[in-house]
Amino acid sequence: MSTTSKTTFSRRAFMRTSTLAGGGMLIGFNLFQSCKPKVAPPIDLSQLDYNDFNAFIKIAANGAVTIFSPNPEIGQGVKTSMPMLIAEELDVAWKNVFVEQGKLDTENYVRQVAGGSQSIRFGWDALRQTGATAKRMLVNAAAARWGVDASECSVSEGVITNAAGETLGYGDVVNEAAVLEVPEEVTLKEPKDYNIIGKDAGNVDITKIITGKPLFGLDYKAEGMVYASVARPPAFGQKLVSFDATEAKKMPGVIDVVSIGEKGRAHMNGENRNWSVRLPDSDKVVVIAESTWQAMKAKKALKIVWEDNDLESTEQHNELLMGLLDGNKFNTMRSDGNVKKAFAEADEVLERTYESPFLPHNCLEPMNFYANVTDEKIHLVGPVQTPASAATTVADMLGRDVADIHLEMTRMGGGFGRRLYGDFVYEAAEISNLIRKPVKMVSSREDDMNTGVYRPAIKYRIKAAVKDGQITGYHLKEAAINSNMYGLIPNFFPAGAIENYQVDVASYDSNITTGAWRAPYTNFLAYAEQSFFDELAELMDTDKIQLRLDLLEKVKGTEDERIQYDPERMQNCIKTAVEKSGWGKKPEGVYQGFVNYYCHNTHVAQVADVEIENGNAVVKKITCVVDCGIVVNPLGAINQIEGGILDGIGHSMYGDFGFENGAPVANNFDGYRLIRMKEAPAIETHLIQNELSPTGLGEPTLPPVGGAIANAFKAATGNRLYEQPFSKKPELLKVPEKEILG
Amino acid sequence: MPTFQLKVNGESKTVDVAADTPVLWVLRDHLDLVGTKYGCGIGQCGACTIHVDGTPLRSCSTTLSQVEGKSITTIEGLSEDGKHPVQEAWTEVDVPQCGYCQAGQIMTASAFLENNPNPTEEEIKNAMHGNICRCASYTRIRKAVAVAAEKMS
Repeated sequence: MSTTSKTTFSRRAFMRTSTLAGGGMLIGFNLFQSCKPKVAPPIDLSQLDYNDFNAFIKIAANGAVTIFSPNPEIGQGVKTSMPMLIAEELDVAWKNVFVEQGKLDTENYVRQVAGGSQSIRFGWDALRQTGATAKRMLVNAAAARWGVDASECSVSEGVITNAAGETLGYGDVVNEAAVLEVPEEVTLKEPKDYNIIGKDAGNVDITKIITGKPLFGLDYKAEGMVYASVARPPAFGQKLVSFDATEAKKMPGVIDVVSIGEKGRAHMNGENRNWSVRLPDSDKVVVIAESTWQAMKAKKALKIVWEDNDLESTEQHNELLMGLLDGNKFNTMRSDGNVKKAFAEADEVLERTYESPFLPHNCLEPMNFYANVTDEKIHLVGPVQTPASAATTVADMLGRDVADIHLEMTRMGGGFGRRLYGDFVYEAAEISNLIRKPVKMVSSREDDMNTGVYRPAIKYRIKAAVKDGQITGYHLKEAAINSNMYGLIPNFFPAGAIENYQVDVASYDSNITTGAWRAPYTNFLAYAEQSFFDELAELMDTDKIQLRLDLLEKVKGTEDERIQYDPERMQNCIKTAVEKSGWGKKPEGVYQGFVNYYCHNTHVAQVADVEIENGNAVVKKITCVVDCGIVVNPLGAINQIEGGILDGIGHSMYGDFGFENGAPVANNFDGYRLIRMKEAPAIETHLIQNELSPTGLGEPTLPPVGGAIANAFKAATGNRLYEQPFSKKPELLKVPEKEILG
Repeated sequence: MPTFQLKVNGESKTVDVAADTPVLWVLRDHLDLVGTKYGCGIGQCGACTIHVDGTPLRSCSTTLSQVEGKSITTIEGLSEDGKHPVQEAWTEVDVPQCGYCQAGQIMTASAFLENNPNPTEEEIKNAMHGNICRCASYTRIRKAVAVAAEKMS
């Protein structure tokens, strides 16, 4: 897996250059080779048509470089790190690069998405090749002017130097470069020659963030814009029967009260349905007002009659999911050997069940979107992780050509998976289509928490067979609301390490909307598995670290292509974590828990340190080792790693989201607890240094940390934790009375 | 609707809104000062923190009558050029992930350091405990407040 290669894939298929009217060069490119641009980029920047390219580099005649970053920014740092890859190969000083958010390409783009920790992994080659191609053209232009061979020229920070020591800046030759042939081949740098990749780069939006400039969807305003507050069914299963808006309409600032839902439903029943989103059957009531507060306040004055249908509860879900685990209606996701036989022949069997609740995303910026639907075009602005599918869905809903849609992405006040679903975009568009005004749909915190797309409640039952001191069988069963683990998850560790191995899944179809939540499935699975291995090692009376290393040893040399975790990289993470955390060498009173995990293409090992304070077990420190290949921006990487760890601790400890009569019990931060400053332990991160292609960091450190703290709590208190959130049973986080007295 | 006279970031402003409109929405919708953020509306998250005569307040739960005649400072007015020591520390430490809560964090931190320029780590944790960061950038917030304290002393 070398990072450097002479690239030969067709530049024509993904890149075009042109001169700019005001001087300078514009390079339009598609990040992914499957994109097929049809036309050259425009010569006037104001005419940029993102339907043909999803990212652009502009090199002005004065040498200034602007990079339009294609992927949505939700706090994962790609608006900084993706342009860094271009700047590295372009050979310009990072401080001279301006970064702007690119708009949406609805036609050619395959992955203008923030999700799955994949932006850097997929962009790695294409972004560097684009930078290298532009540099090559600029050098060719300089060489032609000097009448020398390009190979005699060198570049440093945007200045080209020839053998005689003469220099030309990029700005001096950019107009000549723009009309040259795009080279078919470029050579990428060796990692040892990197000037930008691997160096700390601060957030490109930092100054705007710390001075309160309009950046987020909620901050966007347009001439004549009105505000909309939407009354959705307060419980899942409810449907609108009728509403009385007499009082609401009398309130100051209220412009109109309307109902929507028909367009969304028609789309859901149509042949172009966006399958990633399930909209409730019910109509919704919308208050349109001159200000946000007036709209929110008037919504409370609406008198609405809802009809109840199949209102579900957490108690009912618990019974149903346990019933699924006890039953035999499973789909088998992977089956190796014969687990039944392994259990029949085992010396010992361990079986444990792990339980988790629904979780809301709680992006701090509530769902909102701007829409202005006119006969000429549809203008959409706001925070969405999946702009392309939002645009095509709106086009289908409103019976419009997708070319009519102009979608601009704002910075997002958090995503965590919630903004993968475009329901709030469709609502805004349907409202504007109806009232024919520019409108901002704004959800209140209560709306956001109570009408969300939640992480589904899940239960795992894991069973292992031990014979002659070896793990001979492993059977994982998943019972979940609405959907099950997918993709390669059933092939994660310990798949491949245990001869008889099976993963079975079953789901219950609920009317509560569910979807991806930061590190889908693994966000709970990792804790369950890593707790189970901790307990299994105790049962086997074997070393917890050696057990993991031995299992990984068995995966080496596997020819099973479904297994994508690398046993050697994982072993290296484990050994590094043992060393850096002082595993087994801590003074009395410090209790440790160990985990290792692979997801989203990144390998992680973590150690939690727990101490007893006033009889309670408290997490004091997390040591985290990460192998994500080359680290593009260490400053941003560590922010993601630490955020993932604290998010994981917070939700394992406190995240509890139950339902009664179809409605969530909590509806704001007074009833739903998020991790806060005093609960955040110290974190020590160690990044494995290698020259392997980089992988993402938005998710991988979150899943295992629940296991790390659960295992450390066990060491401290003697109590195993089988249910999240852990704070639900505070007695299990205490040291037994007799031990304190003793 | 009644008229209110407000002093925001050193400038006199007149707004014509219902008396029960929270200061948050007056700032955002009527005065175009959108740096102050809406997070929960019930004073739980701190994203809407402003200074009123130097005291940090949750603008989502503050009424106009509570601030009339007093001096309001928002993130836009914390410094002229983004060079308040807390803002500089936030840049140096590179605190934000999504960035949405950070204006509120900075307003809480700056008011806290005004009263306690040499805080211990425990005091920093206590002072910042009321502000939620959903991305959980807490380790960097902690560090940045300490860096800012050094700059201010």
